[in-house]
Amino acid sequence: MTMAFDAKIPEGPLEEKWDNHRFQIKLVNPANKRRFDVIVVGTGLAGASAAASLAELGYNVKVVTFHDSPRRAHSIAAQGGINAAKNYKNDGDSIYRLFYDTIKGGDYRSREANVYRLAQVSVDIIDQCVAQGVPFAREYGGLLDNRSFGGAQVSRTFYARGQTGQQLLLGAYQALMRGVHSYGIQLYPRTEMLDVVVKDGRTAGIVCRDLNTGEVFSMSGHAVVLATGGYGNAFYLSTNAKNSNVTAAWRAAKKGAYFANPCYTQIHPTCIPASDEFQSKLTLMSESLRNDGRVWVPNKMDDTRSPDQIPEDDRDYFLERRYPAFGNLVPRDVASRAIKHEVDAGRGVGPLKNGVYLDLSEATNRLGHDVIEERYGNLFEMYERIAGEDPYKVPMRIYPAIHYTMGGLWVDYNLMSNLPGLFVLGEANFSDHGANRLGASALMQGLADGYFVLPYTIGDYLAPLLGTTPLSVDDPAFAAAEHAIDDQVRRLLSINGKKTVDEIHRELGRVLWDNCGMARTEQSLSKALAEIPAIREEFWKNVCVLGENESRNQALEKAGRVADFLEFGELMVLDALRRNESCGGHFREEYQTEDGEALRDDEHYAYVAAWEFKGVDNEPELHKEQLNFEYAHPSTRSYK
Amino acid sequence: MSNASMRITLTVWRQASADAGGGFETYDVPGVSPDMSFLEMLDVVNERLMHDGKEPIAFDHDCREGICGACGFMINGQAHGPERATATCQLHMRKFRDGDHLTIEPWRAAGFPLVKDLIVDRTAFDRIIESGGYVSVGTGGAPDGNLIPIPKPVADAAMDAAACIGCGACVAACPNGAAQLFTSAKMQHLNLLPQGQAERWDRTVNMVESMETYFGSCTNHRECEAACPKSISIDFIALMNKDYAKAQLKQRRLIGQTFP
Ligand SMILES: Cc1cc2nc3c(=O)[nH]c(=O)nc-3n(C[C@H](O)[C@H](O)[C@H](O)COP(=O)(O)OP(=O)(O)OC[C@H]3O[C@@H](n4cnc5c(N)ncnc54)[C@H](O)[C@@H]3O)c2cc1C
Ligand code: SF4
Ligand code: FES
Repeated sequence: MTMAFDAKIPEGPLEEKWDNHRFQIKLVNPANKRRFDVIVVGTGLAGASAAASLAELGYNVKVVTFHDSPRRAHSIAAQGGINAAKNYKNDGDSIYRLFYDTIKGGDYRSREANVYRLAQVSVDIIDQCVAQGVPFAREYGGLLDNRSFGGAQVSRTFYARGQTGQQLLLGAYQALMRGVHSYGIQLYPRTEMLDVVVKDGRTAGIVCRDLNTGEVFSMSGHAVVLATGGYGNAFYLSTNAKNSNVTAAWRAAKKGAYFANPCYTQIHPTCIPASDEFQSKLTLMSESLRNDGRVWVPNKMDDTRSPDQIPEDDRDYFLERRYPAFGNLVPRDVASRAIKHEVDAGRGVGPLKNGVYLDLSEATNRLGHDVIEERYGNLFEMYERIAGEDPYKVPMRIYPAIHYTMGGLWVDYNLMSNLPGLFVLGEANFSDHGANRLGASALMQGLADGYFVLPYTIGDYLAPLLGTTPLSVDDPAFAAAEHAIDDQVRRLLSINGKKTVDEIHRELGRVLWDNCGMARTEQSLSKALAEIPAIREEFWKNVCVLGENESRNQALEKAGRVADFLEFGELMVLDALRRNESCGGHFREEYQTEDGEALRDDEHYAYVAAWEFKGVDNEPELHKEQLNFEYAHPSTRSYK
Repeated sequence: MSNASMRITLTVWRQASADAGGGFETYDVPGVSPDMSFLEMLDVVNERLMHDGKEPIAFDHDCREGICGACGFMINGQAHGPERATATCQLHMRKFRDGDHLTIEPWRAAGFPLVKDLIVDRTAFDRIIESGGYVSVGTGGAPDGNLIPIPKPVADAAMDAAACIGCGACVAACPNGAAQLFTSAKMQHLNLLPQGQAERWDRTVNMVESMETYFGSCTNHRECEAACPKSISIDFIALMNKDYAKAQLKQRRLIGQTFP
């Protein structure tokens, strides 16, 4: 199946593209909107905001989520904040600056037009959320407070204590529930989408499984919107919620949707290191700690003294040493690699020697205990709860972890994949962050997509379909997809092997982390490419999934997701192997400057790698979308 | 950090489905590291059960950071276990002692029908929100965010209420299975803010009525506050009751005239 591959970037100057586009695209008349059925999968920021907005416009909306309540989507866990170019602080921010920072932060691997639009609508997001009652932090005068985040030189981050994602998601969820009450949204919680059905070149609907009853059923519509989040859990250990997975996106990819830039994964430098082999996930400690914290390791290897007994002369503040200008505030990827370097060299701290110190004692002495408590009290509490050590007394230990995935399904400027009628929003698409995402920009993108982009662009696709009815769910295309799912379920339940799903997932995770994690080489990637198919084979021969299909079966759910990670992981590695350059979160050791910084190759690799699935054991086909930079000219990042 | 391994005896409610009969089963759990979270301990139990050819214990969880509200069960009769202001996923085994016997059961409340083992259906919470737990603003056309100054103490109080994670521990801890703490938190988040004023009285009546169709009534036991992983204050229940009384008066006056 060859599909159109056109990013549909509007003509005209950057600042006018979105306005021009909105004027030029087709509209669906208000009275006709109810004649279109739209299926939204996912109720994170992207899905909930899209579903609520589409229903208010008058579309018939069905919403599917595997969570028991839409409010529990992974977006709920975001802590730090959301960016917007409001320039409330009068410190020189502007739409253009946010655009420029995002392009540069993404290491010149994203589309200028998309990013500019994102910066434009960022200001509307804040207004929308405030109107919904999102309790953003306020100053004493009653106006909205901002802070600087993730090394940005302006204060453009809005926040609600350490729970920004929670509050934004509750706002979107409430709008969604209002849609259920007033605009006829049909909600399907505890329902997992397991396939996309394509017929005659159009997306016709999806196939789902009711997680409580095991019933497999189809849903048809004029358009399907996937807002199903990222794939960081391919690595097993990540900061993502335990149930986050790649299944929706991957199964769409297997139906012909291109998967773009899968190797762009983001590592967050400040997570709590794993404590033992039972570790089930990793917990993020907010980046804001680096504003007052100093990162160090003992000079000597295997220094067994407790940190307060190690004198200044025996400590290496390696970020300050290597990056005198930015010090502890270097971007996430740079900090992560520097930390890995120290731990690999045997200077790690903690019982497993798998961390470095993040020390706030100097700031505590300078600012006083109360100020530190006011700023970081809740984080300290969280750390103590998990690590069992009091950070006021002993410096915290941190280590990088997988946190976010920039890659995702390929979409055009309208957020439509190459499969007509299949739209992809939020972390599930590849669109705005290039090879590296800036802090506080994922929440912004999810809500931009759902509130302010899709509601316009979907009309352009739907308008010509007026008067058509969606494919019947009795169509053989649906029946075939349902059968395939039934078969897979039956097969998983009948293997009766010796390894649990988690054991195999951990094996995959280890291969991916060791070979396709923070630093990659041709050798390590080739090794992973050889190892993953073997793990996949073992899975299908030796996995153990007990119980039945007809009642809640969490092991069965997990097995289906891990089966997809086992296929998808290979694509991620292949993409990393083929990208012979370093950029953003993709660091190939062969391509670095003398100082150990990422070395891009703009001449050969300034493209989006969009992969077309060709069968599990066949090599996928690479399609390239060339990126053009007319405004933000590629330069080398330097944080010295 | 400690390396000593603990041995725990675990008695768990097992029930295959809503209509199947249920009962307790007891497991000997050696080799528990104090650094494990409670859910990681259950992961280990489940891995062992599967290796013995037995079905794993079903329990809800997702974020494992105390924010999504998916996790939660009774541990020795306490919702989310013994540590104050802590969701089950944030509870660590170092809070227990070697040799402890722990009994875990699902939330038990008429409003939360059982799904399997430790999983219950909390859809009733969504129904309460659906009945009015929002500000009716559509997407687009919102005025500038700084147009309505909100005094910091007001924003802070709204945030205190909005911090509720919707876990249902308050209902499980309540002898009457009442959902006052959840409902009041969700309601007062909005009722306290200027944005929430236009619909304040309707919201109050609708949410209370919806709550009453699913849950029991509050007789001031205060167990909810003690069980709440987010320390939501029962003051919000008082505010809800006040708003409800006022809303009913307003509704009476509504007949034939609008209120100010
Ligand atoms: C710990 C942490 C902190 C973060 N902090 C920040 C921050 O401060 N600022 C920031 O900007 N970003 C932050 N991020 C990133 C940000 O939270 C996410 O990128 C963003 O929330 C993703 O939103 P989403 O709507 O795309 O997807 P998600 O919130 O992941 O939602 C996915 C939805 O899809 C559903 N779903 C998935 N697959 C299926 C299926 N097959 N069938 C049915 N339903 C399905 C799920 O049920 C869920 O409802 C953080 C991330 C983490 C892990
Ligand atoms: S009020 Fe507390 S206990 Fe009740 S649902 Fe909210 S967070 Fe859970
Ligand atoms: S798993 Fe999310 S609150 Fe416990």
